[in-house]
Amino acid sequence: MPKIDDYRSIVGEDEINELYLLAERLKGKAVQNINSTSVGGGVAEILSRMVPLLRELGVDYKWGVIKGDEKFFSITKNIHNSMHGVDTEIKDEDWKHFLEVNRQNAEEVDLSGDVVIIHDPQPIALIEKRNDFPPQKWVWRCHIDITDPQIDVLNFLRPFIQKYDRAVFSAPSFAKKDLNIKKMLISPSIDPLSDKNKELPLTTIDSVVERYGIDRDRPIVTQISRFDKLKDPSGVVEVYKKVKRHFDCQLVLAGGGATDDPEGIMVLEKIRTSAEKDEDIHVIYLPPSSDIEINALQRASTVILQKSLREGFGLTVTEALWKAKPVIASAVGGIPLQITHKHSGLLTYSIEGTAYYLKELLNDPEYAGRLGVNGQENVRNNFLITRHIRDNLLLILSLYHEGDIVHL
Amino acid sequence: MNEGFHFYTQYSLVELLGINVKNPQELLDGMKNVPISSIYYHTHKFLQQHHYLSPLPPNDFASWLKDILHMERLGEAFLGVDTISFKNLEDLRSEFVRILEEHLSRDNGRYECPRGYEFYFMACQTFVLPTPYVAHNLREFAEILNRISIQSLYFHIFEARMRLGGEENDFSAWFKGLGEEELAAEISKLDPYNTNLDNMRKKIIKKVMSRAKDR
Repeated sequence: MPKIDDYRSIVGEDEINELYLLAERLKGKAVQNINSTSVGGGVAEILSRMVPLLRELGVDYKWGVIKGDEKFFSITKNIHNSMHGVDTEIKDEDWKHFLEVNRQNAEEVDLSGDVVIIHDPQPIALIEKRNDFPPQKWVWRCHIDITDPQIDVLNFLRPFIQKYDRAVFSAPSFAKKDLNIKKMLISPSIDPLSDKNKELPLTTIDSVVERYGIDRDRPIVTQISRFDKLKDPSGVVEVYKKVKRHFDCQLVLAGGGATDDPEGIMVLEKIRTSAEKDEDIHVIYLPPSSDIEINALQRASTVILQKSLREGFGLTVTEALWKAKPVIASAVGGIPLQITHKHSGLLTYSIEGTAYYLKELLNDPEYAGRLGVNGQENVRNNFLITRHIRDNLLLILSLYHEGDIVHL
Repeated sequence: MNEGFHFYTQYSLVELLGINVKNPQELLDGMKNVPISSIYYHTHKFLQQHHYLSPLPPNDFASWLKDILHMERLGEAFLGVDTISFKNLEDLRSEFVRILEEHLSRDNGRYECPRGYEFYFMACQTFVLPTPYVAHNLREFAEILNRISIQSLYFHIFEARMRLGGEENDFSAWFKGLGEEELAAEISKLDPYNTNLDNMRKKIIKKVMSRAKDR
């Protein structure tokens, strides 16, 4: 696991020094994080990296996990989906079970500390326990896109959310106007030293590309994402076909996540069928823990696309930008936060627009290079784990200080 | 007596106000009612977040009006607001309100953004803290300026003047205390809203070093 000082060469000495300065202001405060799993999923991944780094900075930062039976996690999956807007029925007895499991966990999980940060809806009802402890501050950290939630589900959760001191969201559109609580924005981040993002030797990149039969001498256009209609892989193939008439390029569609999702399997099969007729379309199904492969494919690419129809924050875009690749991405979800059009990438709204910009970038490698460099700097300044750590430190400080300007 | 220049730094945590608007009238209503830290956020955040870029539109309002509503003239009116000429944020807010009211009195056309492209008003809470760096003369000052974070530079150039009520940026005030009136005036003349912070840092260091050599 990387040490905090390992990031000095990436973000600068001053950035890390100032993290220590901020962390010093939290001496004596204990912070407990609670989520629903210790492995798998974005929340566990970020906590597993962030907790040791914050402890190294001297903050008493802890992490606990709730327990639940299969039924509980099936219910929380439905809650998750309906918060995303999927029409899912959650019965009264499901809610009863959800609350019961939360009550059991409230007795067993360590909720001590000055600040308790609850991640996502699964442990949300632990807030009922706050009065059992000396004055504490409670934060609900919502990692999911709740732009268009099923209203009855949000209405059920609302009384719990409003008992927290703060709610934290990943994008402005995720924050509901009618939540009567202070709402903060903390963007997610990537770790530049993880397998998915670290520098790779050329030999590793070459061997991955070779393994999948991709020709490094011709332009490689890539979209990395799970095979899902919302990622519009068919649209990407159409873009490629429009551009292929003018440029001898290759298309790489790589991702995973379809095995337990019948709709995803259909999407994958459809793309495979269309690819059979063209040996320059590479459809690559990646198993979990293919981080090095994803990293290598991104680094080998000439241009990276993310033509999603809907997106959360869009961390695959962050990863592509970090590799200094020119990115063309749909202006949805958190993507416009990451790309300033024509400065750090290109924002697109259609197949036609994507094809037009792709031709432009393949025609003008110098322009493409400039976008890539700017994109990488934008990620360095705003979307790396060190900025995320800093925002978490500020969040905790904000719980103890009022006013627009705070002198520490 | 020269007490030395103590470098501070600052960081902001972003607050979501839950006010999102879809047309110029709603933008005007929002602009009149949001806390002043929101006006500050939307006119200054780009300076820190995009300091690597060539200058971008100096405020989020201009970008939204131009790029989303395609109101080129109104967007340019917002672009043209000379932020540095305003002594405080309330005056800056009044200027934005004046531009919008004037526009709406002439043209009440139906400009409305597509769903998902609303303007989200945000605000920020800023935390200021001292760094260990203190400069006692111009040479030390230039050396430290080369090392400090971009947030520290930002604090002394923008925050001190616009939000903490200083008459000018912190550097010029200190140079004056050293009897360096000319250098102070040169630094004050730089328009920090029309460059990026890395360039600003280089320009200041160059001017300070050139003056230090003359002494």
